[in-house]
Formats: sequence, structure tokens, C-alpha cells
Amino acid sequence: MKKLINDPNAVVQEMIEGMIAAHPDKLKTIPGTTVLVRKDAPVQGKVGLVSGGGSGHEPAHAGYVGKGMLDAAVAGEVFTSPTPDQVFEAIKAVDGGKGVLLIIKNYTGDVLNFEMAAEMAEAEGIKVAKVIVNDDVAVEDSTYTTGRRGIAGTILVHKIAGAMADTGASLEEVEAVAKKVISNVRTMGMALTPCTVPAAGKPGFEHGEKEMEIGMGIHGEPGIEKTEIQPANQVAETLVNKILEDMPLVEKDRVAIMINGLGGTPIMELYIVNKKVAEMMKEKGIDVHETFVGNYMTSLEMAGCSVTLLKLDDQLAELLDAPSDAIAFKKS
Amino acid sequence: MKLTIARAKEWMLTFNQRIQEEKDHLTELDQAIGDGDHGLNMARGFQEVVKKIEPTNYDTLDALFKDVAMTLISKVGGASGPLYGTAFLRLSTALKAESEANREKFVEGLKAALDGIKARGKAHRGDKTMVDVWEPVVDYVQSQSTIHLSQLNELAKEKMEETKDLEAKMGRASYLGKRSIGTIDPGAASSYLLFASLADCFQKGEMD
Ligand SMILES: Nc1ncnc2c1ncn2[C@@H]1O[C@H](COP(=O)(O)OP(=O)(O)OP(=O)(O)O)[C@@H](O)[C@H]1O
Ligand SMILES: [Mg+2]
Repeated sequence: MKKLINDPNAVVQEMIEGMIAAHPDKLKTIPGTTVLVRKDAPVQGKVGLVSGGGSGHEPAHAGYVGKGMLDAAVAGEVFTSPTPDQVFEAIKAVDGGKGVLLIIKNYTGDVLNFEMAAEMAEAEGIKVAKVIVNDDVAVEDSTYTTGRRGIAGTILVHKIAGAMADTGASLEEVEAVAKKVISNVRTMGMALTPCTVPAAGKPGFEHGEKEMEIGMGIHGEPGIEKTEIQPANQVAETLVNKILEDMPLVEKDRVAIMINGLGGTPIMELYIVNKKVAEMMKEKGIDVHETFVGNYMTSLEMAGCSVTLLKLDDQLAELLDAPSDAIAFKKS
Repeated sequence: MKLTIARAKEWMLTFNQRIQEEKDHLTELDQAIGDGDHGLNMARGFQEVVKKIEPTNYDTLDALFKDVAMTLISKVGGASGPLYGTAFLRLSTALKAESEANREKFVEGLKAALDGIKARGKAHRGDKTMVDVWEPVVDYVQSQSTIHLSQLNELAKEKMEETKDLEAKMGRASYLGKRSIGTIDPGAASSYLLFASLADCFQKGEMD
């Protein structure tokens, strides 16, 4: 293992200290926790937004804390959901009297820990609502099993729900718009190389020199197909087609695109992927409202990418365009 | 088969020891069908449990198991933190104010713990989770007039091994669908260690 760290067991804590040092005017932490909170929290009269999950996906989620997006992010150990007491601290810190929305990625660990935290908050009289993001089309959708994972599409939920909360909307209204994003966002990813959890010390899986994997999860969960490495155009086509199979788009539909790097892929390659994705949209007569290219939801040093498509209506487009002051998602 | 405070403590200490020894193995199982953190999660959690309970003097079993539960809930994270945490919390509630539990009481407590796991995680037997070890073990201790510790150990082991052939419906492994077949469920493996440690502790003491 070759990593720029001091102690594999201190990575989360040290990262948080580094973030506070870099952005003292924007972020604060709650002592004794791994929660990062907006400096001016709780914002009175605004619904508070809390998300979080395992660490290792930076800038998710702390990078999305700021005016117009999240009020707090809870960082768990690397790839492990945070504990209920930590989430509870975050809820208390952001409750400005209008209730708190929890944005949860659909993993059993996250769902269970956030649910327990919500129960603790409700016991103290704080109004809490939860939405569960499940945008990963690599997994079969099912009500009888755990179902789809939450991945890069989550950031668009943060953005749009955050903008809605900023309008002074009620908890029910913010929850409703978050759910609308969730039902209109789909993501499909692929990986070229594995990543190593610092405390584990070795990669979660191995790929041959000429292998890649379609549908791999952001924790190195095996995907749906291992194949010979393919050119970017072909990869882009596979990813987009898999999304369209699940969420058909027709001419004149409006979308936002996110080309997300997993941490070890150069931005150059992400733009190469986007070139093809944009061409496909053009061919199909789909209107691209905005494209985001960068590392938004990473998987440590994994090489690979995901493509997210969010189908927009006027309300979603307007909220997506609203300003945001989050470190990793600045918009004016 | 009386559960005293000393024996309950020994059970947790033995379990921790087994978890620390098998940490890499649990992690390997989780790397095959999950995200490779189960060994780390359990090792971190039970190390803290031992730190908490070893120097503490308890008057009642529920106080001890409540400390176990709260430590797991606040230190483990993942799916296993709330699940094992809920289990020990239910066990604690079932043993309220008892300084020792006779067999009947203890079995009741284990059943309550299993019900807690099922209520929290909504998994059923056959979904390839820790429930596949917990449920048959609880059925066994509920139905036998004499509990044979070696049988209990064997049963837990066999049920753990049987998860190998199951397709995961719950937890991270469910994302794999059919490809989850062929690997033992990590949570079932750690649950086997829990019951193996229990059998171990009772074997060392006298039985009645
Ligand atoms: N719904 C469930 N009910 C019962 N047991 C479950 C459920 N989901 C998962 N498990 C058990 O939890 C084990 C995995 O625990 P682990 O500590 O690795 O958490 P995790 O799923 O990786 O959590 P996270 O998603 O936060 O990383 C599985 O092997 C399984 O036995
Ligand atoms: Mg795991």
C-alpha cells in the first residue's frame, strides 16, 4: 500500500481537521464527532439538510456543505456508514425549527444507522424526514431485496433539495422535491483499477492488466460484467444505454449530465467520455441543460467513472441553477 | 446453564478474542461479496466493548449488555453495528434487573435479540445474513430439554456454512444477485463466532 497518510486509523479525523483548517469561514465541526457543519448553522426558518456516509468518497459529502446545499455532513470510517449518535449530533446542530431532511444513500448500513438517529431525534421532538437515493442502474430494482445503491446522483439531490430549502419551503416540500429528483436520476459506472481501504492495506479486488468492470460499486462491490478494456466511446455508449433502458428519454427531453471520476481517472479522460455522451444526446435530440465533469463521488484512488443523467422539468432546472456556496459545488 | 455476570463478561471477552483472530478472514469474506469492512467493523467495535466492560463492576446483566449494545451502536457503524447493537439491547431489556439468568430466562433473551435483528434489518431466514445462524440457534435452544454445547457449536457452524449456497437478498451482497452464491456470509460467520464463544464459556464452567 502506497498512500500519503500518517496513520491508517486516523485518516477520517485528520481529513476533517484539514478541511476545517482550509475553510474556517465556512465549516465547523462538532467536538468529539466527525460531523462537519455550516459555520452559520442552525439557519433559523430553513429546513436543515443532513447527509453522510462512509468516508473515501470525497468531496462527498462534506464538500457539499454550504449555503444552497447541505447543512451538515456526517463522515463514517472509510466505506462504513457513520453511527447513529453522530448523525443525531448533526441533526441537532442544523435544526432551525423547520425540521431536518436526511439524504441517505441506499446501503443497509447507512439506512439502519440514519433510521436509528431519526428515532433518537424524534424522541427529542425534532421533526425528521428521510429520503433514500438509489440511482445505480447496475443493480436490479426490487422491493423484496435491498435494491439499488445510491451513488453520484446523490449530489444532484443535495443540490436541488438544498436550493428548495433555501426558498423557505416546508419539510414536506423539500422532501417532495428530493423524491422527485430521486425518481428522475439514474447513474451507471465502471472501473479500471481497484482501491485500497487504508485500514485493510490491500486492494478490495484485482483486475487483470487488460480488464475493466462495468457496473462496479463505489466501494469496489463487483459489477455486472468484467470485460476486456474498451475505448472510451464504447464505454460511454454502454453506460448511457444501460441508463436509457431504465429511464427512456425522448426527443426534446431536458437533462443534466454528470460525468463523475472515481478518484484515479484524469479529468482529461472524463472529458473524452463526455464528448461521446454529448454526441449521443445530440443524436437523440435531447436537450442538455448543464453538464458537470469532475470528481464528485469518488472511491479513494479507484480509476473509472460514472455517468449520471437527471431528467429535468422547469422546477428542477430552476433549482439546479440556483446559487450554491458549497466548496465542491460552487454556483453563482 | 446459568448465565452469571462473570460468565457473560467472559463470553464477550472470548468473542472479542475470536473476532480479533478472525478479523482478516471476516474481511476476506466481505471483500468477496460486500465491501470488505466486516472484520474491521467487528474488531473495532468489540475492542471498545472490552475496554468498556472489563474494568467495570456490574450488579446486573442488563447493565452489562446495555453497555455492550451502546458501545456497538456508537462505535461500529455499517450494517452490523445497529444489528448487533439492537440484539444486545433487546437481550439487556429481557434480563432487566437480573444478576443472573437461568436457562429459561437466557433463552428468552436470545429470542428477543433475534427478534430485534429481524425487526431492524427486515431480513428473513434464507436471505443470506446473520439471521441464518441466529434463527436456527435460537430455535435449537428453545426446543431442546438439554442443550449440548458441542451440538450448539456444530449447529451454528453448519448454518454458517450453509449460507455459502444461498443467494443474498439483503445487505450489500444482494447487489451481486446470483454471484453472491459460493461465499459464506460475513455476518453469519461472525455470528457463528458469537455462539462458538458462548459454547466455549459454558464448557469451562459447570452446567446445570
Ligand atoms: N438487513 C439485514 N438483516 C440482517 N443482517 C444483515 C442485513 N444486512 C446485512 N446484514 C448482515 O451484515 C453483514 C455485513 O456487515 P458489515 O459490517 O460488513 O456492514 P456493511 O453492510 O458493509 O455496512 P456499510 O454498508 O455501512 O459498509 C452481512 O454479512 C449480513 O450478515
Ligand atoms: Mg461490509
